[in-house]
Amino acid sequence: MISRRDFLQVSMATSALVGASGFGNWARLAAQQALTQDQLLDFDTFGNVSLIHITDIHAQLKPIYFREPSINLGIGDAKGQVPHVTGADFRRLYGIEDGSPSAYALTYSDFTSLAQTYGRVGGLDRVSTVINSIRADRPDALLLDGGDTWHGSYTCLKTAGQDMVNVMNGLKPDAMTFHWEFTLGSDRVAEIVEGLPFAALGQNIFDAEWDEPTELFKPYKFFERGGVKVAVIGQAFPYMPIANPGWMFPEYSFGIRDQNMQKMVDEVRGMGAELVVCLSHNGFDVDKKMAGRVSGIDVILAGHTHDALPEPVLVGTTHIIASGSNGKFVSRIDLDVRDGRMMGIKHKLIPVFSDVIAPDPVITKLIDDQRAPYKTELSEVIGQTDTLLYRRGNFNGTWDDLICDALISEREADIALSPGVRWGPSILPGQDITREDIFNVTSMTYGKAYRTEMTGEFIKIILEDVGDNLLNPDPYYQQGGDMVRTGGLGYRIDVSKPQGERITDLTLLKTGEKLDPAKTYMVAGWASVNEDTEGPQIWDVVEDHIRKQGTVTVAPNNSVEVIGT
Amino acid sequence: MEFSRRETIALGLGAAALTFMPFRVEAAAEEVISAFTGGADVGEGGVTITAPEIAENGNTVPIGVAAPGAAAILIIATGNPVPNVATFNFGELAGAQSASTRIRLAGTQDIVAVAKMADGSFVRTSAAVKVTIGGCGG
Repeated sequence: MISRRDFLQVSMATSALVGASGFGNWARLAAQQALTQDQLLDFDTFGNVSLIHITDIHAQLKPIYFREPSINLGIGDAKGQVPHVTGADFRRLYGIEDGSPSAYALTYSDFTSLAQTYGRVGGLDRVSTVINSIRADRPDALLLDGGDTWHGSYTCLKTAGQDMVNVMNGLKPDAMTFHWEFTLGSDRVAEIVEGLPFAALGQNIFDAEWDEPTELFKPYKFFERGGVKVAVIGQAFPYMPIANPGWMFPEYSFGIRDQNMQKMVDEVRGMGAELVVCLSHNGFDVDKKMAGRVSGIDVILAGHTHDALPEPVLVGTTHIIASGSNGKFVSRIDLDVRDGRMMGIKHKLIPVFSDVIAPDPVITKLIDDQRAPYKTELSEVIGQTDTLLYRRGNFNGTWDDLICDALISEREADIALSPGVRWGPSILPGQDITREDIFNVTSMTYGKAYRTEMTGEFIKIILEDVGDNLLNPDPYYQQGGDMVRTGGLGYRIDVSKPQGERITDLTLLKTGEKLDPAKTYMVAGWASVNEDTEGPQIWDVVEDHIRKQGTVTVAPNNSVEVIGT
Repeated sequence: MEFSRRETIALGLGAAALTFMPFRVEAAAEEVISAFTGGADVGEGGVTITAPEIAENGNTVPIGVAAPGAAAILIIATGNPVPNVATFNFGELAGAQSASTRIRLAGTQDIVAVAKMADGSFVRTSAAVKVTIGGCGG
C-alpha cells in the first residue's frame, strides 16, 4: 500500500506536467464565448487506462434543460464542503466566470437567460458523440453506468425500461449498477439483467431471505485494459427497500455493507487487480465516508445525489468523481497505472451542450425508433408556463409547488406532500408544457395520488423523519433524497437540531393558523411506498390542473424558513 | 389512499419511539448488562456488531456479533420495551465465537453487545440502527 504522502507527491508531479483536471482550460475557453465541440472534447490522452462515467440519466433520451440547486446544505463535517456549495460560492471555488457556459452548466444563477443563450443539455445521441471521441483516443476505454437509467420518462414507463435498455446497449457500456431500476419489479429487472450484454454489479445486493450474495448480480468484474488488470466493484443504492417500495422487490436486501466492500477490495487485490474502481450509487457523502473506512479503492465513480463537480475529491488515496445527472455531463478519467498501482489521474467533466456537440446519427435513429410509437401522446401540449419550472434543491422547487397546487385543488385537500426526489428536467418561462414534460417529473411505477386524513402530530412526525434522512450529521444515516415538498403548509426547520426538534411553527397556509397536533387534516400526496395505495395517477392529476390553468404561474414560495445553517 | 388506522398507528408508534432517542442506553438495558457482568468493569474493543445503519424492515433486522475468544455474548436492544434479546454461550469446542440472528426493533435505537471473555473480563460495543417511515429516495 502506498502512503498518502507518496501518493499526493505522485499526483502533484502529474498535475504539474499535464494539468490536474483540464477544467481550468475549459472554463477559460468557454468564457471567450467560443464554445466548440473540439474544445469541449479536447483532452490530451494520459496514462494507459481511460474510464467514461455517466450516471443518473433518468431515461432522458433527448436534450433537456436542467437547473442545478440553489440550496444544497451540508451537515456536520460536510458543511461548506463540495458538493454542498452552490451559486456564486461554487463559481468562486472553481474560478468560473459569471455568465459563462460553465456557470450555466454548474450553477443555478440567471438560469433562464443563460439557458436561452447556451441552449439545452444532454441527449444520448450527443453523449454517444462524446463517448466515440474518447474511444477514438483510447479504443478500450471502459464505459461505466452508475444507474437510475431505466426510470424517469413516459416511454421508459410505458416500455418498462426497454427504451433505455435498447439505447444504452447502442452505447455499449461495460458495467452498470442500480437504484430506480428495481422499481420496475424484481421479475422485470431479472428479465432485463439476464439479457444484458454487460456486467450488472452490486456487492451490496443480497438475497433477503438468506442474507447472502445473489446469483444475478456479481460483486465485481475484471477487465484487462492497456496491460492493466482493472477490477470494477459495483455498489447499488443502499436504501432501496426504505426509500422505494420494498414490496416490489422483496427478494433483495441492500445496505452499505462496507465490511463486505473491504472484503471485495482485498479479494480483487489478492487476485492481482492493479486498479480498483468502485461504480457507486451511494450518494456523494456516503461515498466520502466509505472512502475513509475502506482502503484500497483508487477511484469511486459517484452517483445518486446528482452532483456535478469539475474536479475529483480526494479522500486518503481514493479519488471521488461526481458526474451530474440527466445526461447533462460525461466524465472522462485517464489514469496512469504502473508497477501495480495508480500513479496519476487526469479528469474532465464534459458538459453535454446539445447545440454544440453534434448528435451521433446512429443513436438519434435508435432514440427516434423508441419514441415513434408514442409520438402523439408525448408531444401533446397541455399548457404553457410563465414561470421557470425546476425541482433540484433541498426544499420546494417550482415544479413541486405546481404539483402540490394540483394535488390541493384536484384532490380537495388542505395539505399536499410531494416526494423530495432529485430528478426532473426544467421548463423555461414561455415554453409549452407537453405531456412528456409532466411525465419527466412524475413518472414512476407507484405514482398513485392518495388522499387521507392525518393529525397535526403525525404530519410533524413525517417531516421530522424525512428531515433526518436529509440532515442526519452521519452520512450513513442519510438516504440521499431532498426534503419532502409541502403544499398548503409552512414550517420552520432548524438544520442544526437533532430529529424531533428540527421542525417548528407548522402553519396551515389557507387559514394562517398553527397546526393543531390533535386535529385531523386532509392530506393529498403521491409516491407512497405502501402497497395497495389508491387514487388517480399523479401525472393525470397534474395534467388536469395545468389544462384548467392554461398558462401556469407559480408564485414565489417562502413558506419554509430554514435556520441553523 | 386511505391509511388504515392500524398502519397509521404502527407508523405513529414507530416514529414516536424515535422521539425518545436522546436517552441512548436506557435504565432497563443497564440493568440487564449489570446482571450479565455482575457489576464488573466493562472495556471497549474485542467485540463487533454487524447491523444495517437503517433497517429495511424494523420487524426483522439481521444482526451479527463476533468476539474472538469469548465465552458468551449478550445482545441488548436498548430501546425495546424488553431490551434483553439473547445471550450466546460458546463452549470450548466452538470453532468461532460469532452468531447472527434477526431481531425486532420498536424504533431507532442503539444495539449493545457485551462479551464475556475466557479470562472473565467484559468488553462491549454498540451500533445505532435507524428505523424510519421511508420514502423520498432521490
